[in-house]
Amino acid sequence: MATWKRTRGFWVSVILAFAFFAVVEWLIASGTLNVFYVNTLFFMAINVMLAASLHLIIGITGQFSIGHAGFFAVGAYASAVMTMKLQLPFAVGVLTAGVAAALAGLIIGVPSLRLKGDYLAIATLGFGEIVRIALLNIDYVGGASGMTVTHMTTWPWVFACLFATILVIANFTNSTHGRACISIREDEIAADAMGINTTYYKVAAFVIGSFFAGIAGALYAHHFYIIQPSNFGFLKSFDILIFVVLGGLGSLSGAVVAAVLLTIVSTFLQNYPETRMIIYSIVLILVMLYRPTGLMGTKELSSLFKWRKAAQGGMNHGGKNTVA
Amino acid sequence: MKKKRTAGVFFSLVLTAGLLAGCGGNQQGGGSSGGNSGGGGGGDVIKIGANLELSGGVASYGQSIAEGLDLALEEINKEGINGKKLELVKVDNKSEAAEATNGAIKLISQDKVVAIIGSATSTNTLAQVQIANDNKVPIITPSGTSETVTVKDGKVNEFVFRTCFIDPFQGTVAAKFALNDLKVKKAAVLIDSASDYSKGLAASFKETFTAGGGQIVAEEAYVAKDTDFRATLTRIKSKNPEFIFLPGYYEEVGLIVKQARELGLNVPIMGGDGWDSPKLVEIAGKDALNNTYITNHYSSGDPDPKIQEFVKAFKAKYNKAPDAFNALGYDTAYFLVDAIKRAGSADPVKIKDSLAQTKDLQLVTGTFTVDQNHNPVKSAIILEYKDGQQQFKTKVNP
Amino acid sequence: MELIQQLVNGISLGSIYALIALGYTMVYGIVRLINFAHGDVFMIGSFVGFYAVTMLHVGFVPALLLAMASCAVLGMIIERIAYKPLRNAARIAVLITAIGVSLLIEYVTIYLRGAQPEAYPSTLMPDRNLELFGVVISSQSLFILGTSLVLMVLLQFIVHRTKIGKAMRAVSHDAEAARLMGINVDNTISATFAIGSALAGAAGVIFGIYYTKIEPLMGILPGLKAFVAAVLGGIGIIPGAMVGGLLLGVIESLVSGLGYSLWRDGAAFVILILILIFRPAGLFGKNVREKV
Repeated sequence: MATWKRTRGFWVSVILAFAFFAVVEWLIASGTLNVFYVNTLFFMAINVMLAASLHLIIGITGQFSIGHAGFFAVGAYASAVMTMKLQLPFAVGVLTAGVAAALAGLIIGVPSLRLKGDYLAIATLGFGEIVRIALLNIDYVGGASGMTVTHMTTWPWVFACLFATILVIANFTNSTHGRACISIREDEIAADAMGINTTYYKVAAFVIGSFFAGIAGALYAHHFYIIQPSNFGFLKSFDILIFVVLGGLGSLSGAVVAAVLLTIVSTFLQNYPETRMIIYSIVLILVMLYRPTGLMGTKELSSLFKWRKAAQGGMNHGGKNTVA
Repeated sequence: MKKKRTAGVFFSLVLTAGLLAGCGGNQQGGGSSGGNSGGGGGGDVIKIGANLELSGGVASYGQSIAEGLDLALEEINKEGINGKKLELVKVDNKSEAAEATNGAIKLISQDKVVAIIGSATSTNTLAQVQIANDNKVPIITPSGTSETVTVKDGKVNEFVFRTCFIDPFQGTVAAKFALNDLKVKKAAVLIDSASDYSKGLAASFKETFTAGGGQIVAEEAYVAKDTDFRATLTRIKSKNPEFIFLPGYYEEVGLIVKQARELGLNVPIMGGDGWDSPKLVEIAGKDALNNTYITNHYSSGDPDPKIQEFVKAFKAKYNKAPDAFNALGYDTAYFLVDAIKRAGSADPVKIKDSLAQTKDLQLVTGTFTVDQNHNPVKSAIILEYKDGQQQFKTKVNP
Repeated sequence: MELIQQLVNGISLGSIYALIALGYTMVYGIVRLINFAHGDVFMIGSFVGFYAVTMLHVGFVPALLLAMASCAVLGMIIERIAYKPLRNAARIAVLITAIGVSLLIEYVTIYLRGAQPEAYPSTLMPDRNLELFGVVISSQSLFILGTSLVLMVLLQFIVHRTKIGKAMRAVSHDAEAARLMGINVDNTISATFAIGSALAGAAGVIFGIYYTKIEPLMGILPGLKAFVAAVLGGIGIIPGAMVGGLLLGVIESLVSGLGYSLWRDGAAFVILILILIFRPAGLFGKNVREKV
């Protein structure tokens, strides 16, 4: 009984998530939800996955990475090569995407052992650009003109991947490993002194984060018909970074909410092509000026419904130098 | 405790999902009231979409096309077509393929347009091809020159058309001109590696040039938006070419020509319609541009009244001379309008059929007929720059 | 001969990077902020210079001064509105704001005048090519190199020999302590932004003259490259920015010269990462204890 009480919230959430899945599936199947909304929904889900995966690296482990589009690109191209060039099933593509991106995460995780703060940031930015330039120069994947990819992303796939991303990242954060990552973010030297293997956890965060970014890449590649290196420039990395920071560093639900909101804002602004980017940038500046800790601060959405302050993965408000 | 936290996160996910569903619902409400009754064909207006690069990396191309479109629509709406007015719904695709897909979906499902004009680049057009075929709405790209836009694996994309040349034609014309008129045997090729257009032109140039007994002594590439090409040009110079083929867009070409002349590379340089802009002369400088040639659709100095009227109207509206993108955008609107008129209806499928049957249509960038691969057949002309002025050299029929 | 020519090309390209990197590194040294809007201030400087020349018909020097002055004002406004309220917030929040400001400047410019490029009038500064043993050196590139060196020395002088420079260094070491010592921290930071942005403005005009073509998104890439140059040299160190810029330019030219022009940006980043791994504080980072 006690176990049930403790895990009740978890199971209720899982059931609600599946109910949501079923409702959307039914709406799509019956044609009530037209292609525009389905498309926006997919785009949103991909952005949420990207935001959640970067949240693990920046928000939880405190490693300032601004090259996330690089992992996203590796995933997108790896899956496209699997399905388009080697004619393998989509499932193989998705898995390869994750693994390839995780390998890339391992590679970039290594310099992160030596670099901190702004220097790490510029190194990851450089990594993202190197990935883009490498793709630009590999004729096998189409070079600058990119690859055309068949549409294979369906709602069950999107849901399953999104579900897995959130499940793993949320549970990781709350595990011993997650706590270790948070301690690195708060004070690396202290964490080291406490006997935490900081090297291991920093690399682990990069590997897990990039794995899910790679999966998001696979969904992206098979949803938007064409991928080309210019889609994965550093401005894309900034977009993902904005989700995480705008939502509130250290808050998973914040990152998720920000990704959803900004996708809606961006879609809505398509109606105002001339002023779109101006409005977007003003929104960005205003939110940061009036809520420098992000929309959610360090809280999770759930804490709005609970009076008791939960032990959070968030950083404390005063910690101005905590991250980066 | 552990699980509790997870539960919270899940709760938040579901809540977010709810939020999104709510927003979706709201938007749907807005969409249905916003979309006019019976789609774009009904009522007194015909809605057409423009999916263009209005921001992002190649914003200058998209904006130029938009200027041409706006001018054309202004003229068309003075009379109307079949008693109706045209309404242009523009979306910005940020120069990104994914946004181009989003934009096409929005135009078709929300705005219910009968046809889409765009995008400026082949890649962003390719991102919409599937959407167009699935939803049976024609797309016309003003400047997407890659062959694969209209033909995929030997099959024609039924709903996709273009206003510009395809790549191979211009490259072939340029190679023949270099061999026969300029009488050069050793050529260097410098391409914009980020552009299908540039690659396509270069490929057909090389093929024709080597088949005609010429030799390619250097092949170099640059990436759009670079500003310093001296290193690459120094390398080309060391190979002593007699001719440089430079298919690219005026923004970089202007700088390349200028820097090439500075480094003492005084051989003839030739390019395609991407060069055509009054800005080219300003960027490269009049002297540097001497001894350069381009293949183009038309010459803005051509006395043909159709062209002169366009140039005059454009100057009156925007207070500057038109470039190639302006002209192609302008023509695309007339290409579509002609098809709507002949179809006698604003049904997308009928418009598609009549677009495919376009024959001997008089436009600014030439008189053209649409072939079985949905490419316009129009003649190319070769122009030479002399003291900053384009001078007519010769006309080549396909 | 080709190699020497490539070195010359590299140095002329690198001095442009250095010119932008000087302002970048200075702002970073004082406020520890990666000012992503720096490249866009550079773009604004370029356009101000252009409009001064074409509309007000002034010569090179007044155009340059006008561009520097307006950029200095713009820099101070940006700092007051967008960065000052966040001085005590997480540094990453300021970074996001900087990205926002950068996008805002770019797209307001596009909104006001379109995205099409503009060409600097070639009459502004005579360009003569000197030919030495088959190596072509443009007089303009010598001018740019000279300007960068003069500005570097000037900046070094301001930071190390003047009162305001002393205040800057104090603020950079410990803003709180500086305040207690009676230094007006806000004004010092404003002055830093003004000087840094004026340098960006000057770089903008010089870039316009040298490369002719200017457009609203021209600041993104040079801004990023200048940042890389600043990191290469050890961010916050003025001579480091100069060396980093020149080094970056030479590397890029040599890579292009070997026929790998498409890899040249990649090579720059690979070298950046290697240098960061082996000398995490940049080339000059450890030798000079005192950052600006």
